[in-house]
Amino acid sequence: MEITDEILIDLYKRMVRVRLFEEEAGRLAESARLPGFLHLYVGEEAVAAGVCGALESQDQITSTHRGHGHLLAKGGDFNRMMAELMGKATGYCNGKGGSMHICDLDLAMLGANGIVGAGVPISVGAAYANKLTGNGLISVSFFGDGATNIGAFHEAANMAAALSLPMLFVCENNEYAEYSPRHKTMAITDVIERAAAYGFPGAIVDGMDCVAVFEAASLAIEKIRGGEGPMMLECKTYRFYDHVGVKGTASDYRTDEEVEEMRKRDPLVVHETRLIESGIMDADSIQAIKDDIQKEVDISVEFADQSPFPELEDMLVDVYTNGESS
Amino acid sequence: MSPDNIFEGANEDEESSSESNPSERKLGYGAAVVETMAQIMREDESVFLAGEDVGAHGGVFGYFRGLQPEFGEDRVVDTPIAEQAIIGLGIGAAVQGLRPVVDLMFMDFICVAMDQIANQAAKLKYMFGGGATLPLTITTAGGAGLSAAAQHSQSLEAMLCHIPGLKVVMPSDAYEVKGLLTSCIREDNPTVFIINKRKLADTCHVPEELFEIPLGEGHVIREGSDVTVVAIGRMVDEAKKAAEKLSGEGIDCELINPRTVQPLDIDLIVESVSKTGHAVIVHEAVRFGGIGAEIASQIQEQAFDYLDAPIGRVAAPFSPIPFSPALEKHYVPDAERIVTSIKNLF
Repeated sequence: MEITDEILIDLYKRMVRVRLFEEEAGRLAESARLPGFLHLYVGEEAVAAGVCGALESQDQITSTHRGHGHLLAKGGDFNRMMAELMGKATGYCNGKGGSMHICDLDLAMLGANGIVGAGVPISVGAAYANKLTGNGLISVSFFGDGATNIGAFHEAANMAAALSLPMLFVCENNEYAEYSPRHKTMAITDVIERAAAYGFPGAIVDGMDCVAVFEAASLAIEKIRGGEGPMMLECKTYRFYDHVGVKGTASDYRTDEEVEEMRKRDPLVVHETRLIESGIMDADSIQAIKDDIQKEVDISVEFADQSPFPELEDMLVDVYTNGESS
Repeated sequence: MSPDNIFEGANEDEESSSESNPSERKLGYGAAVVETMAQIMREDESVFLAGEDVGAHGGVFGYFRGLQPEFGEDRVVDTPIAEQAIIGLGIGAAVQGLRPVVDLMFMDFICVAMDQIANQAAKLKYMFGGGATLPLTITTAGGAGLSAAAQHSQSLEAMLCHIPGLKVVMPSDAYEVKGLLTSCIREDNPTVFIINKRKLADTCHVPEELFEIPLGEGHVIREGSDVTVVAIGRMVDEAKKAAEKLSGEGIDCELINPRTVQPLDIDLIVESVSKTGHAVIVHEAVRFGGIGAEIASQIQEQAFDYLDAPIGRVAAPFSPIPFSPALEKHYVPDAERIVTSIKNLF
């Protein structure tokens, strides 16, 4: 397929949105201004940008505990995101979900998830609804390499295949399940082998290159929308910060040299270089995009800071639809 | 009784939950499941059923028989044996606006699917700030008495009641099957509908047309002045027998069937105990940490001054459910044990 300049710039903006928001969230966390756990997506932006850039707006996604990037790349709102991270009433979840449960049903983002692998069966359900109603949409589940060791993934993969559902499995293989390296937690090198085990095709993709991800996702999505059943992408990627927080204390699980080596493949830099070398953008126009988005991020921090916390009486609201909690 | 002949040897319930009228139509407890499903699926295209062997085989107990021929394979879906994915299938489809009914063959299997039930279905609405609506019904077969042993006989409703976001429904007869299942499927919250496998053949009056029994409203089956007996699910039958026997011995039982254990109609129970001054709670689940403990606690919180004796509980002992009929018949509470427990109060 032809990748227009417009698409290349769109992919870049999606990645910058994730990166600048996340860097800001990291700074806020380090200065103890965010309660709870923060799982940063920095380093993996090419995956969310490439896949979400290839989706229709109402195609559903489920996400992971590292879910900010997926929502932002799908067009999530900075203000409601930042307010949620601060536990404010104006947040995506009225302050009751937090970083691990951000969602935006209007964007067909069916939630980040605090349980590894748990979003995958939910995507199967969304895919089933698509099939049953014939709405032409597809369902995408993002999950990590670690999630492919849990039963929910395997049940979901088999069911999606058995029922021939319109679903794209996107494995973000960042080589670590929390702090445990892949080679200690599975006996295979490529997670994609697991798709073959359930009888559907897949491809390994350079998850540090948004264009590679976009191309592979577009191809897969076209086939899935055409009724060919589920497919899987294994995006080889890397997270620049720790499993949780920015620079954890238990950082002996990987070396600084390894991180530095991978940072040379920073997906934003890779794509900036491409944009400049191909003459689509120059350093100034790239900086202008960053400045504009940083302004939006700054506004979101101000918005979140000034927003109220939930009221105590909100505690029991929304436990049930149309009813009070007992 | 093997699952395939479960509908044979039907007994007529002594008294249905509705106004008893011998000329009115009778229907079996299991047959009420099929009839309700079929009628709802005819009126609402957003309803579909998915689960292990629910389609071509009609469910291992037969209470989905005939649905796939009428509604086709897309609306009556035979799934892999994959309990987590079955619940996930329901959640994802419910969030998209459909009204899935997903079946876990035996209630014991909720343990296999517990993440999707407890951490996902129950919590999505709240975690998402109210944005998600989950009109999801989980049907499952609970209860002991078939020598199905420790992994196919449990009553785990107390585990489910403890999780905010779920509703837990326990029909005691065919009338309640129809009225409560209709309410569950039309309900915008995740519900667990517990079908008692020893009740499947029992018949009682059931209206032809769909009707709803509100979730959270208990039912006074029998009015009495001496003791309030709260019986859950199939234990309603045993409690009725006990009340009958005791009436001949001068003890007048008021029998309450909560119908749903989450939400729980505690007001009805407290009002009754305030009148009778005595309470006995009966359930199939183990006594320790059972729903009876919660009911007893709330009674003493709200009606302490009216109580003339400690609150009695009749429930299963704290062991897995034994296989041998010789043991199992003593494991599950029956009318005799209820009678003894009530007499101990006086």
